[in-house]
Amino acid sequence: MSKEWPLWEVFVRARNGLSHKHAGSVHAADARMALEAARDTYTRRMEGVSLWVVPSASITASDPSEAAALFEPASDKVYRHPTFYVIPDNVKNI
Amino acid sequence: MTAVNERALKLGDDSLILGQRLSEWCGHAPMLEVDLALANIALDLIGQATLFLGRAGDPDALAFRRDVLDFKNCLLVEQPNGDFAQTIARLFLFSNWQELMLRGLSSSHEFGDIARKSVKEVAYHARYASEWVVRLGDGTDESRRRMIAGLDWMWRFTPELFDGEEASVRGEWDARIDSVLRDAGLDRPKDTRPILGGRNGHHSEHLGHLLAEMQFLQRAYPGATW
Repeated sequence: MSKEWPLWEVFVRARNGLSHKHAGSVHAADARMALEAARDTYTRRMEGVSLWVVPSASITASDPSEAAALFEPASDKVYRHPTFYVIPDNVKNI
Repeated sequence: MTAVNERALKLGDDSLILGQRLSEWCGHAPMLEVDLALANIALDLIGQATLFLGRAGDPDALAFRRDVLDFKNCLLVEQPNGDFAQTIARLFLFSNWQELMLRGLSSSHEFGDIARKSVKEVAYHARYASEWVVRLGDGTDESRRRMIAGLDWMWRFTPELFDGEEASVRGEWDARIDSVLRDAGLDRPKDTRPILGGRNGHHSEHLGHLLAEMQFLQRAYPGATW
């Protein structure tokens, strides 16, 4: 067994109304300790109003070797952006 | 010395000395995360000391140019860090008391503003330390042994906390301490002969060593700034 405590990913909500953003990671033995370490590491200069911690092992990441198949097909689909379309002058509220 | 000044010194010196003690961990804690946590707590305490000592005079002069006999902190906060468990034992016993004491002080005319600001910080210190007591007490054989030894070291200095103005928070403090110790699977240490004197300037030898380090620069280079 590793002597290192497990790694936790830290997400900070900067202000009410914003979503939680990934801030970094901490080592901690349990969730409570992870929250406290996250508080002390990432919110000591008033960066946040709410914290999430998630065991890093619970995160499933995309495989970099599949990046071409996953992401490149989107690069020439300019019509998926709203800016591709011309809005008729007499359409309101858009 | 007026009663208000005297009280300001006791409150300020408690925070100052514990803040200095905890800052000794900076760069030495077992984990980076713990290092940061202890340094944060130390900075909270030194901030409180600045405010409280400011009510008694110039906080810098009081911190850096006062002799050991004039310090009014309780003996508990000047006790050596020992190992991590001993440090946690001291913080656990002190912060739980300090939180209750500050809560009572929140409505005071002289110190209410400082108490209301500080009590939020100290509530976190108490929570942090209490959780570590449970983790160490209910952890491995070694962590449990160290936690018990740390509490045994610090316990004899706790009666001083309730000497005088703060006798009224004793019941609530006992209940809190007992509840955490129960969660940690630890017995409450046996009461021994209490050791008093800090509030009157009769300190253990540890405080002199602490002050020698803390005050060296201002003693050697009076008024130095950077």
